[in-house]
This record gives sequence, structure tokens and C-alpha cells, in this order.
Amino acid sequence: MREEVIISGRNNPLIDPQLHVWHWEIPTYLFLGGLAAGLLFFAALYTIRNKDEEYKTAVRIAPMLAPIALVLGLVALFLDLHNKLYFWRLYTTIRLESPMSWGAWTLMVVTPLSMIWTAMHIKDIFPKWNWKFDVIEELIEFFHKHKRTLAWIMLISSAILGIYTGILFSAFNARPLWNTSILGPLFLASGLSAGAAVVIWMSKNHAERKRFAQLDLMIIGIELFLIIHMFMGFLASTQVQIDAANLFLGGEYTAPFWIFVVFLGMIVPAILEGMELKGFKIPVAIPVVLVLFGSVMLRFIIAYAGQASRWLY
Amino acid sequence: MAIDTKKCVGCCDCVVACQTENDVPIGYCRDWVVEVMDGTYPQLEMELRSERCNHCENSPCVRCCPTGASHYSEGGTVLVTKNECIGCSACITSCPYDARFVHPEGYVDKCTFCLHRVKKGMQPACVSVCPTKCMYFGDLDDPRSEVSQILKKRKYKTLIPEAGTKPHLYFLI
Repeated sequence: MREEVIISGRNNPLIDPQLHVWHWEIPTYLFLGGLAAGLLFFAALYTIRNKDEEYKTAVRIAPMLAPIALVLGLVALFLDLHNKLYFWRLYTTIRLESPMSWGAWTLMVVTPLSMIWTAMHIKDIFPKWNWKFDVIEELIEFFHKHKRTLAWIMLISSAILGIYTGILFSAFNARPLWNTSILGPLFLASGLSAGAAVVIWMSKNHAERKRFAQLDLMIIGIELFLIIHMFMGFLASTQVQIDAANLFLGGEYTAPFWIFVVFLGMIVPAILEGMELKGFKIPVAIPVVLVLFGSVMLRFIIAYAGQASRWLY
Repeated sequence: MAIDTKKCVGCCDCVVACQTENDVPIGYCRDWVVEVMDGTYPQLEMELRSERCNHCENSPCVRCCPTGASHYSEGGTVLVTKNECIGCSACITSCPYDARFVHPEGYVDKCTFCLHRVKKGMQPACVSVCPTKCMYFGDLDDPRSEVSQILKKRKYKTLIPEAGTKPHLYFLI
């Protein structure tokens, strides 16, 4: 039998024997960023469609979680940097070829925007809220006047935020598992699904919950389609991508991926949401928690498995 | 740079020379030796390769760097500017050769082709110490340079050319 034995003298920390340079910080940020993108996207969408009275939670209440998620995500990103004191270098350059540069600048737009949106609607939760300074009141008045413009900017920037996390990975041809353009739409869909789930959880309005359950169901369908499509693409590609797919089709990530991400994170909540739409009484927290859990696991598994997939030479 | 896999004996002198010359932290290396045993017993073939950063012409690390710390320098060498690097590790994941690592001081480090020596007219540390003289370093744009001449005469390969990085490390076979 022909055999090939490769012995390498290299043993660099975090690189060998298997690349593991990105830890929990990156997938955590990817989840929080995706969730924030989902929340802001729906808020912007229904503002533009003049449905802010109908879908009050989605437009006014749920997006208040976005700045919290983004700030926590940014903290995670900051913790991941090895040369932390130089982080400001991200903002002295714009590098169009680097997805990470795009991401840094998108966050620079989305984070303040989510904070402004929260400030605009904080009186919906705390009616006695007092800004104390007239300048702030006037500023918020100004933003209210230009709410539609703001919503358009938010719609576009949140879509970029949601999709860029996937593009960040897919731009690395060195890691065959990540090197698929499906990851962008898949992560966007997963973020939108997580956002819709949070709206379902927070909303007390039956019509709104029904609308977002329908939306979530549709997005889960899209996610499943994208996952199947991704594996079809891998299996029809080169050996390294076939090997990457095999990490999930019999390899070490098979059980966590299919059980946690696909079954518990997509199929079970989809069935539960479907049953609820048909009139069954199901505690809303169950499908919501499962969707969020699946969304977290998707990022963790793709981030870790991607680092395990490589070119052989 | 061209490396003669037929002459290399895998002594790792290049590795030690690099670590000494460049003050590489203990436990890390910028170059390393790979031993590949291939074939059906007893017809076995062994190849020894002294590997390092390929200083690619189409470098994914330069492309994905969000701050521009990874850049092309003189003669097409790929370098990292220490105080522009934020240590995000994007370049590390982008490199199909896994040639980079995070220096304990926080920035990303790798082979520089000993540009500081080359500028003074010397050879890179690894090349200068090689006891079998299996490495050739020079200007590939100059058809009369030793490295260009040897690549004309000998058969060679590059590592993972299908990754599209246009590597500049040539292994004579």
C-alpha cells in the first residue's frame, strides 16, 4: 500500500499541530453581531414599511438589545487581539480588500446608529425618562424627523454587518471549509433568524408574534437550503473541500453539527413554531432558546472546524 | 529562493541560524524542516524541505490585513510592520502554509528573508550557514543571478500552487 508520512519540525504555539488561533471570542462576536444585525434589520424594515405601530416590539423595543449585543461583541473582539494597544490602527486605514477592515468600519456606523435608535425609543419603555439636557432632547427630535433616512442607513448597514461575518471567513482560501460564498448568506440568515426569535420572545402582541414566527419559519427553511447547498458545493469540488465537508459527514464535527445546529437549532424550533401557528399552545421560550442556541453553535462549529480544515502538501 | 531537496540533509542548521539571527522567541520558528516519506515499502522515497514564508506574489495575508501592517517590501518580500499590527490573526488564518505566528509581544511574526542582511549585501542567515549549500537566494528578475540560472537548469516545484498565491520558494526536485 502506498503511504505518505509527513513529519514537520515546526511546532509553533497556536499553529501546530492544528491551527487554533481563534478561540471563543470570534464566534461569540459573530453571534452577537449577527443577532444585532437581525434586530436592527427588522426594525429598519418595518419602519420603512410604515408598520411601526403594528410591530411595536420589533421596531422600538427589541432593537434596544442591539447596542448591548454589539458592545459585548466588540469587547470579545478586543479580547481576541494580541496587540491590543494598537487596535486604533483599524481606524487609520481603509483597506477595501480586507473584510476585517470593512467589518471594523461597518461596526463604526452600526454601533452608534443602534445607540441613537435606542435613545429615540427609550421613552417607550421608561415613560418618565428624562434626558436632563435640552440639547439631547433636540438632537433626538432631529433624529425623529429623519427617521426614515436613518432606517434606510440602518437597513443597509445591518445587512452588511450580518453578511460580512460570513464573508470574513469565506475570504480565506487557506481554510477550505470557509472558502465558500454560501457562508455570507448563511450567517446573515442565521442572524435574522436569531433576531426574529428575540422579537417573538419579547412581543406581547399576538399578530406580531405570528408574523415573526412565519418569518422565522421561512428563514429557517432558507438556512436548511443553504446548508444542503453548501455541502453539495463542497462534495462537487476539489479534494481539500471534500475533506472539509467530511468533517461534518462522518468526521469529528458530525454529531455536534447535525444535532446541535441542524436538529435542535433549526428543525425542532421550526416544528414548534409551525405547531404554534396551527394553534397549539407551546411555551414561546422553547423555540426561541433553541434558535439562539443553534445560532451560537453554528458560529462556534464553523469557526473551529474551519481551522481544522487545511491544504495538504 | 530555491532549495535543493536532493542536497538537503535535514540538519536544521537553517532553523537555528534563523532563531539566532532574528532573536526568535524560544519555542517558535520562522523556518522549519519537513520530511516527507512516500512510496510502497520497500520502494520508499524521502524528500527534505527547508520551509518558510513563501513571500507570495499574490499574498492572502497582505490582502486580508485590516491595517496594512502586512505589506510588500523591496524585491517582493512580504513583511509585517510591528507597530501597525493589531494581532487580529487574520493573516495567520489566511496563510495556506501556516508560516506565521503570534510573537509573545503581540504582533504577528514570520520570515523576512533577512532583508536587513540582504540590504548589506549578505545572504539570509539560513542560506549562509547551510552546510550542504542547498539554498540559493537572489533576484529572480535578474536572469543572470544564481537562483535564476539554477531554476533554468533544474526541475522544481512550488508548494500548493493551486492555492493561487504565486509562491516564491522553489524546491528543486
